[in-house]
Amino acid sequence: MPSTAASPCPALEEEPRALAVLELTLRAFRSYREARLTVDRSPVVLTGPNGSGKTNLLEAISLLAPGRGLRRAGGGDLQCRTSAEPWAVAAHVETSAGIVALGTGRDPEGSPTGRRVLRVDGRPVSSQQALGEHVAVAWITPTMDRLLAEGPGARRKLLDRLAASFDPAHGGRVQRYERALRERLRLLRDGVADTTWLGALENDLAQTGVAIAAARRHLVRQLQAVMPETTSAFPQAELALEGLAEEALDRTPALVVEDHFREALASARREDAAQGLSSIGPHRSDLRVTHPVHACLAAHCSTGEQKALLVAIVLAYTRVVTRTRGLAPLVLLDDIAAHLDSLRRAALFEELTSLGVQAWLTGTDPEVFAPFVAAGAQPWTVDSRGLMADTLYR
Amino acid sequence: MADLSPLDHLTRLLARVPGLGPRSARRAVLCLVKRRETLLLPLMEALKTVAEEVRVCSVCGNLDTRDPCALCTNPKRERHVLCVVEDVADLWALERSHAFHGLYHVLGGTLSALEGIRPEDLRLDSLTRRVGEGEIQEVILALNATLEGQTTAHYVSERLAPLGVKVSRLAQGLPVGGELDYLDDGTLTAALNARRTWS
Ligand SMILES: Nc1ncnc2c1ncn2[C@@H]1O[C@H](COP(=O)(O)OP(=O)(O)OP(=O)(O)O)[C@@H](O)[C@H]1O
Ligand SMILES: [Mg+2]
Ligand SMILES: [Zn+2]
Repeated sequence: MPSTAASPCPALEEEPRALAVLELTLRAFRSYREARLTVDRSPVVLTGPNGSGKTNLLEAISLLAPGRGLRRAGGGDLQCRTSAEPWAVAAHVETSAGIVALGTGRDPEGSPTGRRVLRVDGRPVSSQQALGEHVAVAWITPTMDRLLAEGPGARRKLLDRLAASFDPAHGGRVQRYERALRERLRLLRDGVADTTWLGALENDLAQTGVAIAAARRHLVRQLQAVMPETTSAFPQAELALEGLAEEALDRTPALVVEDHFREALASARREDAAQGLSSIGPHRSDLRVTHPVHACLAAHCSTGEQKALLVAIVLAYTRVVTRTRGLAPLVLLDDIAAHLDSLRRAALFEELTSLGVQAWLTGTDPEVFAPFVAAGAQPWTVDSRGLMADTLYR
Repeated sequence: MADLSPLDHLTRLLARVPGLGPRSARRAVLCLVKRRETLLLPLMEALKTVAEEVRVCSVCGNLDTRDPCALCTNPKRERHVLCVVEDVADLWALERSHAFHGLYHVLGGTLSALEGIRPEDLRLDSLTRRVGEGEIQEVILALNATLEGQTTAHYVSERLAPLGVKVSRLAQGLPVGGELDYLDDGTLTAALNARRTWS
């Protein structure tokens, strides 16, 4: 694929307000054999037909932060099927520490599905946490459309992902907690009545579980606090965290909550064994989202209203990150115009502009983004010939 | 696999060694064949010796050509403190740090219901027997900060509680999920010196 690097570089003397990708290079990544995109700090709009590679490009950006990216794909899926080269994503990102070169890709030595390798300023780093020190990314994709209507699992995942960008250890705690749950359940199902072993696992569950609950509670409180700060007509979301441990933390010191949780686990053994499930703990918590105007649960809202609530959460997260890290995160809004009416779209564009974030928006219809582009967003076209800075607009 | 060439056979075997992939195994084989006199034959001798002479110490679980091992029989080691480790690699890491002068006990793994590793699969009975003999006054649990490591540490401390021995663990500050074997000597020494009583 040809690559075109044509975009005027704005004055970068001003202190950055937001993380910004300034250059993105893809090799053998999904549908891209080779592509480079050079942009400035302002938001980017990518338009093009279905299947042209818009989501793939956002996915590449999402891999600049810890985790498995916005499709949660394995390395094998990321590899371009028509290229023999190992896939790679490289970017120059403007951070508070200046411009850093970040890279990730398949280890040419390792297996195609193996762990991805990471580089910061040309040096290999072993842990994804090193990426998290530089980059925070939030995204909304069409696969999240039903997130507010469905079961609580996806909402917990969203919360945990957001919480991990403030405390990189959070992700590890969630994994450890889930593993401890599986260990305990295996013992209960196998009828291993070793109370010492069960007690040891429950001890870990209590410690890790309360730490997870505390991090989620802290995050939700911060999101709640900044929610009213919206400057536009964009709807807000009312958030509440439901969970025994989370709620107990409102009234009780964490160490006491741990003790209670540990005791509750011990007394639930018989029942958990009978039911074959883990009945208590933060893995059963839920983030309740309600529409402040209708005062109704998000699940009962219309599709567009749900989308707007989700956007409101991401905008609030953006404010919290800006406050705590000094710099707004990258925001990826895939296929965002779908379901939003023109009023809400206008409010969203206004909101993104006032936040000063480098948002990456995609859609099939360039028309929809015209007001945003008029306000300074950078239009790019993606089609079968590759990526092109869209000069038609300017 | 009868029709595998000897070189392929060797490559496949080497590729099963931790840290070696198929690609590096091929490189290793090529290198061995090219350096028959200086590398291949000495390696063959060394492998043979290890295969024939190295055994598991029946007292502590260490690997040595003697049973009991050189550490267990060394009169200079302090006999009142015992360090419990998961694996021989952890014992080696502690020995490299020169921070510990007592005796060891290698559990040979950590508890994991999911992986089917139960208390009876670990060297736990011999641990309680050793501690029960009365000479040991302190047991240091130098287990990894992983879920399995800490679950096992908790389990062992409960098992030792009735014996009235002092049980301590490495100080916190070890990275969670960090494995002892990968820690540098300074970190290990600091963790050992700042160990605290199990509570
Ligand atoms: N590993 C891969 N190798 C080659 N092509 C791939 C790979 N993974 C995905 N693709 C292709 O990439 C194309 C573009 O996907 P992408 O999801 O980015 O499109 P899009 O522009 O977001 O489309 P839409 O408007 O429908 O959302 C798809 O046709 C898909 O088959
Ligand atoms: Mg798409
Ligand atoms: Zn020994």
